[in-house]
Amino acid sequence: MLQSFRVNQVIRLFVAALCLAMPASAQSQAPSSQTTADLRAELERLQQAVKALEEKVAALEQQPAAAAAPTTPPVAVLPTPPAVAAPPTAPAAPGAEPPTVQQPPAGGVAVPPGAAGAGGPEGSLPVYGSTSALSKIFNPDMAVIGNFVGAAGRNDVAPLPALRLQEAEASFQAIVDPYARADFFLSASPEGLEIEEGFITFPTVPGGLLVKVGKMKAQFGKVNTQHSHVLPWVDVPLPMANLLGGEEGLNDSGLSVSKLILNPVLFLEATGEIYQGNDHLFTSHKRGNLAYVGRLRGYRDITEGTNLDVGTSIAYGHNDVGPGFTTTIYGLDATVRYRPLRRAIYRRFIGRTELFWSRRQPEQANAFGAYVSGEYQFAQRWFAGARYDFSDRAADPLLQDKSGSLLLTYWPSEFSQVRGQLRRTRYAEGVDANELLFQFLFSIGAHGAHVF
Amino acid sequence: MKRLIIGAIAFTAILLADAAQARAALRVVATTQDLEAIVKEVAGDKVETESLAKGYQDPHFVEAKPSFILRLNKADLLVVVGRELEIGWLPPLITQSRNQKIQPGAQGYLDASLTAKILDLPTGQITRAMGDVHPQGNPHYWLDADNGRRIAKAIQAKLSELDGGNAAVYAQREADFERRIADAEQRWKTTMAPYKGLKVVTYHRSWPNFADEFGLDVMGYVEPKPGIPPSPSHSLELIQEMKKDNVKIIIVEPYFDPKTPNSIAAQTGAQVVTLAPSVGGEKEVTDYFKLFDYDIGKLVAAIKATEAR
Repeated sequence: MLQSFRVNQVIRLFVAALCLAMPASAQSQAPSSQTTADLRAELERLQQAVKALEEKVAALEQQPAAAAAPTTPPVAVLPTPPAVAAPPTAPAAPGAEPPTVQQPPAGGVAVPPGAAGAGGPEGSLPVYGSTSALSKIFNPDMAVIGNFVGAAGRNDVAPLPALRLQEAEASFQAIVDPYARADFFLSASPEGLEIEEGFITFPTVPGGLLVKVGKMKAQFGKVNTQHSHVLPWVDVPLPMANLLGGEEGLNDSGLSVSKLILNPVLFLEATGEIYQGNDHLFTSHKRGNLAYVGRLRGYRDITEGTNLDVGTSIAYGHNDVGPGFTTTIYGLDATVRYRPLRRAIYRRFIGRTELFWSRRQPEQANAFGAYVSGEYQFAQRWFAGARYDFSDRAADPLLQDKSGSLLLTYWPSEFSQVRGQLRRTRYAEGVDANELLFQFLFSIGAHGAHVF
Repeated sequence: MKRLIIGAIAFTAILLADAAQARAALRVVATTQDLEAIVKEVAGDKVETESLAKGYQDPHFVEAKPSFILRLNKADLLVVVGRELEIGWLPPLITQSRNQKIQPGAQGYLDASLTAKILDLPTGQITRAMGDVHPQGNPHYWLDADNGRRIAKAIQAKLSELDGGNAAVYAQREADFERRIADAEQRWKTTMAPYKGLKVVTYHRSWPNFADEFGLDVMGYVEPKPGIPPSPSHSLELIQEMKKDNVKIIIVEPYFDPKTPNSIAAQTGAQVVTLAPSVGGEKEVTDYFKLFDYDIGKLVAAIKATEAR
């Protein structure tokens, strides 16, 4: 009897100890059937509690927010969402208080104040493909742009593959904090993954300065500052390849400062930039071999639909010959735009030209290159264009390449483009290349608007 | 020496130009002429106002011209339509404005949609297969007298916050605007009352609030999907629907090509009515009241002419 009492007591103590230890060991050990039943009961109790709370929340949501919302002072940004609710799969610790945070409606974020109270639909604003949007609300705007290029015809000097996804550009853009925004562009191509750009912009630095720090396209001319998907051609004009180091051009890590020079006549912006001096054009042989870029840009509206944009640029850095040798590039650019406001989605004309002078040591080789291009939109989805370009080669100015192109572009929507380019190139070697280039550009996600 | 003098003169000129721009009155930039018109109602001559997009221009496709940067650079307050209407052009302008007062979230940035009644808020998942949909609801919300009031209230509150000295003036002018809009609304509703439930077709989804306020039933669109140009197959379907429902009115914004609406009208006996979606959309639409006067006048004339009702 005594023995059986002792045994009973030991068993009870053991079970009690096991129960106490259970919460900690539940995840690592296989529990006995008895404790599993306990846990099940506990889980059911919690599930019921959560259900009751959800019903309460739903009932509260049903009540018109009208009384509160109109008195809410208008705020300038979308409201900060409440703290992120625990994911539904999170294990509930026994005895813990049920979460008091309101579970967001699946696939939505809170409606900005006023919208619901003002009679608009209540509850949530949908978010692309989202199941739990609140955790994503601070995610940057993300987009991927595919650039598929094909070529037909003959080119023995600089052949392009017949068919190739030339680039997949992923962009991530968001406001960092009240003082800055950040933009990242990662470019995946058959050559590998590279950071095309990644920089922070401080738009409100005292003194009216706009400061950018990171890896970015240098503010040299026009084509150099633009991503391939906003260019009006499949390729880049010859001076880019011959004088600015290739399609990527001047694109380096550094610091950029620009200032508006306010005056009553025109928009005038001065930009000064310092780079580490290592990109497709410049080579930094030691830390002090920096590259410098300067630009002055003027803009003026001629009529409400016509405007003129001119600029002059300079870039200086060390070249690949050796630490004692430099390259200086001078640029001039002019763009004329016509877009009648009443027919802005049907008609536009853009005429552009850029001139480049390159001075490369050691032999002080003076090379010159330029292009002239025009595009005309003749229907809501159709653009026709033409371009003439020529350029000396930077290292040997006696060699000059020339090319002429005709282009036709079709936009199924703002988010995709199909383009064909007939190009005839006469290379300095005396070789002619007649080619048909074609391109499919397609964009998904939220890609930020481009600078004019 | 000569060069030095010329340089000094140029420098002084730039400084003077800067100083001339530093005047006392609050400078308000609105993205559209509608918002500018409401700012004028509330503030009168107490502030300097200007707008970026013109009323006869498609507000989705405005060019982010550097001349706009200059206007934003000097602004004390930027009033935007919001709901992503300006997403294609405004963000880079704000970044380049070098003006910390008007950055999103700053005191001088007012999104007028936050207190407005917003329609067409999508439910369920949306994709771009639906065309150029606005995930935050239809941004063409200003064509609604009630929203006019709400926008005016928001502007009054913001102006009073930025310029406390004139708060009483703003309050008084806003109250006066509310009174006048209430009277006008009564008049507009009376004029439109006989046409309640009238079925119409519009080119783009620019008119949900207008249709809602005056009881019009928008039964179809010339665009197959928002932002997607008209297609022959969609037009054929629309023509059949219009014939079935005896729809005689096609409302078109001034910035769309009337070719397709005209051909649909020719086949259905309907009339194409170009209405002003915004203040400034037509020459005579110079303020917020005239916007409704013009649109209602023109619409009623067309309804009578086609004997749609």
